[in-house]
Amino acid sequence: MAKELWKGNEAIAEAAIRGGCELFFGYPITPQNEIPEYMSLRLPQAGGCFLQTESEVAAINMVYGAAGAGARVMTSSSSPGISLKQEGISYIAGADLPCVIVNIVRSGPGLGGIQPTQADYFQACKGGGHGDYKLIVLAPSSVQEATDLVQEAFELADYYRTPVMVMGDGMIGQMMEAVEFRPAKKRKLPEKDWITDGTKGQRKPRIITSLYIDPDDCEKHTLEMFARYKEIEENEVRYETYNMDDPEIVIVAYGTTARIAKSAINTLKNEGINVGLIRPITVWPFPTKVIADTAKLSGVISFLTVEMSMGQMVEDVRLAVNGVKPVHFYGRTGGVIPLPKEIVNEAKKILEGRE
Amino acid sequence: MAVFKRTKGLADYQFHYCPGCTHGIIHRLVAESLEELGLLDKAVGVAPVGCAVYAYIYFNCDMHEAAHGRAPAVATGIKRANKDLTVFTYQGDGDLAAIGTAEIIHAAMRGEKITTIFVNNAIYGMTGGQMAPTTLVGQKATTAPLGRDEDHFGQPIRVSEMLQTIPKAVFVERVSVHDVKNINKAKSAIKKAFQTQIDGKGFSFVEVLSSCPTNWGKTPVEALDWLQENMIPYYPIGNFRTPEEGK
Repeated sequence: MAKELWKGNEAIAEAAIRGGCELFFGYPITPQNEIPEYMSLRLPQAGGCFLQTESEVAAINMVYGAAGAGARVMTSSSSPGISLKQEGISYIAGADLPCVIVNIVRSGPGLGGIQPTQADYFQACKGGGHGDYKLIVLAPSSVQEATDLVQEAFELADYYRTPVMVMGDGMIGQMMEAVEFRPAKKRKLPEKDWITDGTKGQRKPRIITSLYIDPDDCEKHTLEMFARYKEIEENEVRYETYNMDDPEIVIVAYGTTARIAKSAINTLKNEGINVGLIRPITVWPFPTKVIADTAKLSGVISFLTVEMSMGQMVEDVRLAVNGVKPVHFYGRTGGVIPLPKEIVNEAKKILEGRE
Repeated sequence: MAVFKRTKGLADYQFHYCPGCTHGIIHRLVAESLEELGLLDKAVGVAPVGCAVYAYIYFNCDMHEAAHGRAPAVATGIKRANKDLTVFTYQGDGDLAAIGTAEIIHAAMRGEKITTIFVNNAIYGMTGGQMAPTTLVGQKATTAPLGRDEDHFGQPIRVSEMLQTIPKAVFVERVSVHDVKNINKAKSAIKKAFQTQIDGKGFSFVEVLSSCPTNWGKTPVEALDWLQENMIPYYPIGNFRTPEEGK
């Protein structure tokens, strides 16, 4: 297929339909409105169901119901709306149901603003809602990668029976890029032998719940969830490396920020300064091992984490580096996008200090 | 000869409800209706948060446990995913008329082809007798120890009357279970509500006035009398809307 020019949000919606999305429930919020708008026309044409809901809370609970009934289902929103969905996400995780949640991240806290940030990293990767649970969190850095990851998100969700979040920032949602829609690699998915589709007189009633009133039962269920999370950590870590041939400094950045870091790395290279990039594609499971291994390389002086936030992922980088090398941080927030020259300056400052 | 026996609509568990609580009666009416309409093998019930949280164990059909107040949204997701199912929610007054107000109104507005059984006992039961949106003026609750003051807390909400204003809420009826005659009327309304769903006519809703002897501080018999004398005057029983024939 020839490449076509697509706006990020619309490409995400189209990719979801191609990935088998049957139902979409959502509520308007900038900067992700093109997703429900596109879905409202195209999903019914594809035989699916689109509903604009009374709130983000209702949307995620409709996702909860439809996922329980066995459908491939998705919702999308942006930061304040994702906050509202957290209760439902916790229930969906607790009931072991698959679904896809797209967060086109904007600034906060509170109403914040509508420009891109990466300030929802903690919310996405460290729980978000109440209780012991994890989401698989995929962080595209281009429209092409967003379309690939959205389709794969449905496969991952069904394979591991867990909600999957695709976390793009407002830049990914709003910009246009050339896209080729590529089907996700099909996994051998487990049979959905737990869905509420009526007993048909053929089996015992099924119950979808996250309630375990006996502490021993609740702990047992949580341990089962975490056994799955361990499997995910072992099998699903994804990252990209760039210019990692004997770097002095290693930048860790994801999403839009990683693209800007690449420009900075190219500028530095022309000046004879070798800086590498590790770009997490899965921010959970986090690519801890590659960062830990890189920290042990004698040529690597230090790490520089760059984010469009006040420093969230940097905590995971520090845990991975574990004190072996210094970890610096540079961030812009509130919707301000860092410029390549700012990252160049940070790298030079580090080298001047030789730390 | 008719023999009174356990309905197939209820699983073989002993209810956890307090002595004199009418949830057991209402469970039975719903279960009998599902059985008699031949719906048990294609029904999915959505359980609330509140005293009836374990409804998902008691009903002998597929069940889905919702978050507090969200049952109509969960039911919407189930029904939109699989139109062949008969989907119902079973919710109390804290769940439906306080935290879940938006979800019930919008499910009705969309005309979701689901059935809601709304159990109104004018109190939060499971959490221990706090004031509900349905608590009567002057009625005591643990968070209204001097009785509900309407100047401070407002007047109790009448959900059936509110839903009656929504065109796609095509079956709306308020019933009571304080005596045998009314229990039989309640059963009839619940069956009609499910029939409305089967016929694809729109959203159907039955409000059931119910007693809570434990949190009202009354014996079971006193509680039924109190329901009749105090709740029915404020919450009049009767049909608010029935789908027109042939439509």
